[in-house]
Amino acid sequence: MELTSSLRIALAGLKSKKTRTFLTMLGIIIGISSVIMIISVGAGAQSLILNQIKSLGSNLIAIYPGASQESGPPPSVFGSANTSLKISDLEALKNYQNVPNVVAITYYVRGSATMTRQDNEFNGTFVATTADYPEVHDIPVAEGRFLDQEEEKNLAKVVVLGATVKTELFGDEEALGQMIKIKKHQFRVIGVMAKKGTSGFENQDNYVFIPVSTGQKIMLGIDYVSLARIKINSSDNVNQAVDDIKAVLRQQHHLDAKELDDFTIRAQAQAIEIFSSITDALTYFLAAIAAISLLVGGIGIMNIMLISVTERTREIGLRKAIGAKRKNILSQFLIESIAVTLLGGIIGIIFGILVSFLVALIARWLGYNWDFVISVSAVFISCSISIMVGLFFGLYPAFKASELNPIEALQYE
Amino acid sequence: MAKENLIKLSSLEKDYTNEEVVTNVLKGIDLEITQGEFVAIMGPSGSGKSTLMHIMGFLDKPTSGQYLFKGKDVSNLTDDELAEIRNEEVGFIFQAFNLLQRTSVYDNVRLPLTYSSKKFDKNKVIEAIKAVGLYHRLNNLSNQLSGGEKQRVAIARSLVNDPSIIFADEPTGNLDSKSGKQIMEILQDLNEHGKTIILVTHEKYTAEHAARIIKIVDGEIVDDYQVKERLIARMEKDLTK
Repeated sequence: MELTSSLRIALAGLKSKKTRTFLTMLGIIIGISSVIMIISVGAGAQSLILNQIKSLGSNLIAIYPGASQESGPPPSVFGSANTSLKISDLEALKNYQNVPNVVAITYYVRGSATMTRQDNEFNGTFVATTADYPEVHDIPVAEGRFLDQEEEKNLAKVVVLGATVKTELFGDEEALGQMIKIKKHQFRVIGVMAKKGTSGFENQDNYVFIPVSTGQKIMLGIDYVSLARIKINSSDNVNQAVDDIKAVLRQQHHLDAKELDDFTIRAQAQAIEIFSSITDALTYFLAAIAAISLLVGGIGIMNIMLISVTERTREIGLRKAIGAKRKNILSQFLIESIAVTLLGGIIGIIFGILVSFLVALIARWLGYNWDFVISVSAVFISCSISIMVGLFFGLYPAFKASELNPIEALQYE
Repeated sequence: MAKENLIKLSSLEKDYTNEEVVTNVLKGIDLEITQGEFVAIMGPSGSGKSTLMHIMGFLDKPTSGQYLFKGKDVSNLTDDELAEIRNEEVGFIFQAFNLLQRTSVYDNVRLPLTYSSKKFDKNKVIEAIKAVGLYHRLNNLSNQLSGGEKQRVAIARSLVNDPSIIFADEPTGNLDSKSGKQIMEILQDLNEHGKTIILVTHEKYTAEHAARIIKIVDGEIVDDYQVKERLIARMEKDLTK
C-alpha cells in the first residue's frame, strides 16, 4: 500500500472527529508554542541586554573598588562601600608610560538629590565626574559645553543637565547661564546633554553632571571614587590594557605578591559573555519546563488513540478481512497520531511566532531596543519533536490495533 | 462443461481452546465446491457454519486437515499471506454491513483496492457500484443510506477486486423482506454471471435461493443436496437501470 493512501485514510479518520482531534492537538499546540515563545522572547531579552552593553562600547574597561571573584559581580552590587579607589590611582593610569593604550579615562561618584529652580523640582541623580565623561560614554553635549579640566579639579559650582532634567526644570526656556539648586548649593548651568534614552539599567537623561571635586568634597564629603571607565584605543588591545592597569593599581596600592587585588577590572566583552551565559541558561531552563507540557500532550494523544482503536475495532476487523496486513493497520494509526502531533506542532509554531512578534512589537513600542528573533533551528527541532511525540505515543495503540484478530474484531459489539 | 474445483476440504478440523477447555468446533469436514456454484451453508447457531466460512474465507486457519484452494494447499499460510489471498480472491458480505462510517459510497467500495498490490483503476470502483445499481448514490455518505442500500454497497465492495468467490454471512439478517429480496436477486445475478457464492444462513427461505444446500450440525455435515425448487428473487424493476 502506498504512503499516500495511508495518509488519505488517516486524514479521513481525523476529519471525521474534528473536535476531538483539535482537543487532542491542544496539548501539543500549547507545548510547542510555549517552547518557541520562550526561546524567542529569551533571545529578544538577551539581545536587549547585549545591545545595551555593546552600546557602551566593546573597547571599554571598568574599574570597581574592592575584590571580587573572576566572573562574579563586582562588590558594589552587594551594597558595600569600598574606598580603595582614589583619584591618584587614576591619575597614574593617565600616564602614557604606564598604560599606552588608554584614550580617555573618566571616573565618578554619584548621589541622589533634589534639584530645584524656582518652583520646579526634580528628584534625580548627580554624577560628579571628569571632563572626559562624554568621550568615554559617547554622549554628545546638545547645548553649551561639558565640564572642563579646570572645573574638574577646583570645586567649581557648575552643572551640565541631562535632557529630562532640563525639560523638568526649565521647560522650553533657555537654561544656559541660569542657576539651579542642588542640595541647597547654587550651581550655574553651563550645558545640556543630548537625549540618550534608557541604556543598561539607567537613564542618563535623568542625571546632572558636576565636577568630581565638587561632588566629593562639597556634596558627599568623601575622597574616593566609586567607578572608573577607561576607553582603550582598540578592542584588540583590551586584554593588554587590563594587565597594564592591574600592574599600575597594585603598585599604587602597595600590594605585595601574596596579597589579592583590592579592585576589580572588568572589560565589556566579559560582561557580554556573563550576560549571554546567564540568559542562555535561563532560556533553556524555561524551554525545558515548557517541554513538559509536550509530554503531557503526548500522553493525551496515546489516550485518545487507544480509545480510537477500541471504537474502531470493527473497522479494523473489516480492513483486515478485505486484505489489510498488520503493517497497513500499524501505519494507518501511526500516521494518524503523527499527523495530529505534526499539525499541532505547526499550529504551535505559528502561534508561538505570532506571540513572540507581538511581544517584540510591544517592547519596541515601550522604547526598548528589542530584536524579534526566531531561531530556525528551534522551528525545525519543534517539528521533529512533534513527529517524535506522535511516533512514540502512537506506537502502542497502533501496535494494539495491528494485533487484533479479524474475526473477533468483526464481531466486537 | 468440466468445472474447475475451487475449494477442496479434507478431514478439516478446528478446535478452540479457552482456559484449557478444548472445544471441537469442526469435526472432520470433507467438502468440494466448484467454480460457479451457489452454495448455502445452513445450520443452527453454534453449529460451526461461521467457523467453516471463516476458514474457507482465509480469516482463520484449520487445526488439522487440508484445505486446497485452486489446487494449492493453503492450510498453513502466514497471516500476511492470508491477508493477500483475502484481498485478491475473496469478497465478504456481512450481516452488519460493516461500512466505514461517514465515508462516501465511492470510498467504501474503493477500500479493498487500497490494500491491493495491483495498480488502482477507478473504473473498477464505478463498475462495481453500477452492478449493484447505486451509481446515483456515488458521493452519498454511508450513514445517509438505507439498510438495503448499505448492503448493496457492501456487495459492490466485495466485487471490486473481481474475486473468485464471495462469502455472504447472513446478508439479509438485518434487512426487511423487500430489501432482503433485492440482495438475493443481486447475488443470484452475480452467480449467473459466473461468480461462486457461498451463503451462510440459518433461514431455510434464504438458503433456498442457492443451488446447493449444505447442512451442518455440531461441526459435521449432515446433509448436502441440490435444491429442487430453487427460489428466484425478481424485483419489479431492474435495479441496474
